[in-house]
Amino acid sequence: MTAITVTVNGTPRTVSVSPDTPLLWVLRDTLGLTGTKFGCGVAQCGACTVHVDGAPRRSCTTPVSAVAGRQITTIEGLSANGDHPLQRAWIAEEVPQCGYCQSGQLMTAAALLAKRPHPTDDEIDTAMSGTICRCGTYQRVRRAIHVAAGQEASHE
Amino acid sequence: MSDVSRREFVSRGAVGGAGLLLAFTLPPARGPLAKFAALAGPGAAGLSPNAWLRLDADGGITVRIDSCEMGQGVQTSLPMILAEELDVDFAKIRCEFATMEAAYVSPKKGRRGTGGSNSIRSQFDLLRRTGAAGRAMLITAAAQRWGVAADECRTEPGVVVHPASGRRATYGELADAAGALPVPENPVLKDPKDFRIIGTRVPRLDTKLKVTGQAQFGIDVRVPGMLTAVVARCAACGGAVKSVDDAAAKKIPGVRAVVPIDGGVAVVADSLWPAKKGRDALVIEWDERAIKDVNSESIARSIHDAAASAGVVAHAVGYPAATPTMVEATYSLPYLAHATMEPMNCTAFVTADRCEIWAPTQGQSNAQATAMRLTGLPAEKITIHTTYLGGGFGRRSEADFVADAVQISRAVGAPVQVVWMREDDIRNDFYRPTHHHTIKVALDERGYPSSWTHHVVAPSVLARWFPQAVRNGVDGDAVSGLDDEFRYAVPNRRVTYAMLNVAVPVGWWRSVGESATTFVIESMIDEAAARHPYDPVEYRRQLLTANPRLLGVLNLAAEKAGWSTPAPAGRARGVALGTGFGSYVAQIAEVSVDRAKGDLRVHKVVCAVDCGQVVNPAIVEAQMESAIVYGLTAALKGEITVAGGKVQQSNFHDYQMLRMREMPVVETYIVPSRERPGGIGEPGTPPIAPAVANAIFAATGKRLRKLPIRAADLKA
Repeated sequence: MTAITVTVNGTPRTVSVSPDTPLLWVLRDTLGLTGTKFGCGVAQCGACTVHVDGAPRRSCTTPVSAVAGRQITTIEGLSANGDHPLQRAWIAEEVPQCGYCQSGQLMTAAALLAKRPHPTDDEIDTAMSGTICRCGTYQRVRRAIHVAAGQEASHE
Repeated sequence: MSDVSRREFVSRGAVGGAGLLLAFTLPPARGPLAKFAALAGPGAAGLSPNAWLRLDADGGITVRIDSCEMGQGVQTSLPMILAEELDVDFAKIRCEFATMEAAYVSPKKGRRGTGGSNSIRSQFDLLRRTGAAGRAMLITAAAQRWGVAADECRTEPGVVVHPASGRRATYGELADAAGALPVPENPVLKDPKDFRIIGTRVPRLDTKLKVTGQAQFGIDVRVPGMLTAVVARCAACGGAVKSVDDAAAKKIPGVRAVVPIDGGVAVVADSLWPAKKGRDALVIEWDERAIKDVNSESIARSIHDAAASAGVVAHAVGYPAATPTMVEATYSLPYLAHATMEPMNCTAFVTADRCEIWAPTQGQSNAQATAMRLTGLPAEKITIHTTYLGGGFGRRSEADFVADAVQISRAVGAPVQVVWMREDDIRNDFYRPTHHHTIKVALDERGYPSSWTHHVVAPSVLARWFPQAVRNGVDGDAVSGLDDEFRYAVPNRRVTYAMLNVAVPVGWWRSVGESATTFVIESMIDEAAARHPYDPVEYRRQLLTANPRLLGVLNLAAEKAGWSTPAPAGRARGVALGTGFGSYVAQIAEVSVDRAKGDLRVHKVVCAVDCGQVVNPAIVEAQMESAIVYGLTAALKGEITVAGGKVQQSNFHDYQMLRMREMPVVETYIVPSRERPGGIGEPGTPPIAPAVANAIFAATGKRLRKLPIRAADLKA
């Protein structure tokens, strides 16, 4: 066990875990932040996506020791009151069905918008194709990203 | 159900508390197959409420629903039905999931579970009558208070009013008095033309929770003192533990125990990561003798033999006879995994005299029966809490993940959450059965089918779930849509079935038997149309004159897709229909094919659905999108193969999912209807594979008779 400090949603947190513990399980099991989901464990589905210093990262394959001292943002920290433009657009477009993948979808989309405030469909497809949704909400995800970006959906 | 007996109907519940409480017992859930319920289902056994509506004196309105929420929107749509007849603002309603415990459910009552696209169609009438009964009681309470006749009073949302005197009372003010009144047996229902909630786009109640990470799925359950377990399992097809060396696992900090369970060995730890590391450190010798010869090739040989056998007659009408023009073909579909986004998991706390379970389950009765069997406890000592489900698709009707948690908790004497790794999930599923069909269609002189002969080879899900429903060796699910519900007018038909049960476990998979039979029927009718050739839509129209609702969706989809005009340059369209679950669906897919590269692109899917009276059109649209993606994923990518008794796929790199870049534009159009509500979770899935395959034929002239569609099949 090693003491490791990470800043999660603006608050420094020191955890005592095996250094190879993936960030995902530190968030979920040690810090009780269960909004970040486990989907595959091998960086294939994107359900576990969080931000590390603002960039999207698969927390299931990121050892916590690799992000010591870094700024981590999870779905719980995306906005203070669930009112990030993407969250509002997600609600307006009724994106979620089962909802399990949606934290990862939102965190991936938020990182995209931070870098590309007005993404094209192709940029959306590129950014979001790593994030699987079994309920098939992709078309709504695409539309909601455009809405949050203040654009009309343009695909087809 | 229109036949809900009065004894199942509402009564003033004994669940305690003041206010107005209407407890009601829902009809037994029908499992994934409503049509077999009559065979499998138990009779009504007195009132045993398992859901209720409660109005509190403070104005609060709580609805406890029996169905689980796995994305299909029932947490919103079921309370909408109640709110309509009760006459309240939908925004005032709180919705909870019913727990499964003896106070609410008698184990004799029948299965409780969510499946078969059945929630709304089985509960629509009952929820309406419950809401109407509550409204009538509130009116009576107000009339008594004011000394006026009840029929002089009416309601506005949440308020009883007496227009003649201008008096008003809120439901909350009347709740205690109303709660003391007898429940009317035949409350007056609204005229559907007066619906103001049913049929509207009420926002889902669960969206905010799901965009903020607050929705609690099974894997998010946290119980004080809870340990986490990860299980080492043998292959999907069975096998047993011969010996275990757990020395290395036990040395991992955080590992608390190693517990043998049915089908594997569990490592129990303080949290998931040490549990997984411990699991990976186990050295297990498996006894795989019984399964080592099970592989896809041997299964294919068995299928080949069964395809040559006579089988048993599943359905026969008229006398099929050959004609000069015969269309003959063989179709095959693979085993498929469910791959819910939330991997299987369950939390249980078993003590000497109690068993508490928190589970993302579609099958509470199955979970309860499993817990009873494993603990020896009676039903009243077992409580099951249903969480949100991160996808279900039929997989969560099973109780294997519940069995894990119960066994492990019982062994260690602490609350335990078992979490399956994705590899466990893909390799230890109850797979959609593989299907192999041989069809001969005789065409008359005009080119229309005069005979349809169809031989189905498939494993049986029903044989495990409802063995008494397998009659004369026929699994009705395996031949669904080929029986007397056959959609097209073909005077002579003969359907035979050969059950082929091998070691690969099979289970209910979104749209069940129709997921396979629809691909074959809709591809085959396209083959028949192409022989003349006829236009595929017009050909179907001629064969659907006795099936007006299916004809209706076909016409609507054709109109919206612009079928009468050519597809955009480089693209081609294909059509397919689906029936089942009380609903009718037509889909037209627009594709392009690069034959040199073997690339297929599905650009657009136009979907028309007739699901009778719509409760929430926004949810219907979402379910069509979802069902199409589910079916398209399977059509383009899904295949489970077996070698040496082991499933060869393991995670999303080799069992792939449709991704954003491949998502077609989906347009959904709903037929306005006052017919009985039909299901919406499943009926959108079956038509997409044949719609795409038929579009590929239109684009290339190549008929694809095997799923999934592979690049090699598309190349010239």
